[in-house]
Amino acid sequence: MAHDGHHDDGGSALDEMTLRVRALESLLVEKGYVDPPALDLLIETYEKKVGPRNGARVVARAWSDPDYKARLLADGTAAIAELGYSGRQGEHIKVVENTGQTHNMVVCTLCSCYPWPVLGLPPVWYKSAPYRSRAVADPRGVLAEFGVTLPPETAVRVWDSTAEMRYLVLPLRPAGTEGWDEDRLADLVTRDSMIGTGLALAPAEVEAGA
Amino acid sequence: MSGGAALDAVPSIPRDDDGPVFSAPWEAQAFALAVELHAKGVFTWPEWAEALGAEIARARAAGDPDTGETYYHHWLAALERLVAEKGVTSKAELGDRKDAWDRAARATPHGEPIRLGRELET
Repeated sequence: MAHDGHHDDGGSALDEMTLRVRALESLLVEKGYVDPPALDLLIETYEKKVGPRNGARVVARAWSDPDYKARLLADGTAAIAELGYSGRQGEHIKVVENTGQTHNMVVCTLCSCYPWPVLGLPPVWYKSAPYRSRAVADPRGVLAEFGVTLPPETAVRVWDSTAEMRYLVLPLRPAGTEGWDEDRLADLVTRDSMIGTGLALAPAEVEAGA
Repeated sequence: MSGGAALDAVPSIPRDDDGPVFSAPWEAQAFALAVELHAKGVFTWPEWAEALGAEIARARAAGDPDTGETYYHHWLAALERLVAEKGVTSKAELGDRKDAWDRAARATPHGEPIRLGRELET
């Protein structure tokens, strides 16, 4: 490959962070702590297969099936596992339901604990210091920045995640979706609506974007 | 994604577009290494959360703005520290291996895969 050098020594160069990860990974492989194919599979899972769509399936099922919803609120970990989604960290997932009286919002003030099995990897803002501190101190202000305005009578409850306990918000089912099947409902469920920094989409918002 | 436009006015909260959450391949590698080491029982998840939290606190004390963009830097630093504490490897071993990768990369013509030992072949 004729790639005439912008590297003066004619070779390749890896950045500092890549070198550090390669150093760690190659040592762990040699010592038998990790298996490269398993590692690649994991990366692919987290990058592509796992994502907020899993959580959307859970929400759509809860909107459609009152018995499932009752199980989900009683024992989130078990009800989510019914759909085949379970975590590798052994954490519990508690599902908190939005109502007209209460809007729930999730944060991790310590670092960035997040319900990976249902939401994939956390967005950058979830991990940022401003979100982590302000979600607790000024949840309505943060919601306003996300474009969410709640009625004054709706209380905002903030849930702080830990290594053992992760939270998933069950958003309010949008009006005008009576009789919709789970596939259509799942398209209304955004990642942010399951963190509590957004609401589920209205039917018109999906049609406008389609 | 709802509320995206409103967030544009708030530069202090970085965000993505519901898309890739890793900004570079090394971040996904570092993420997967921690998950895999936990699965192998090298550390518990509470131990990991504590190590990561401590690393973030250390970085903030040292002036890191902690906007989320340096998050995986902290992730990797916490991982390096924890595996050394667990006796899996050591700081010196990691440093030597990193230098070896650096030499291997520089000895590899552009466009060819970089592998360890390459630097010894010429």
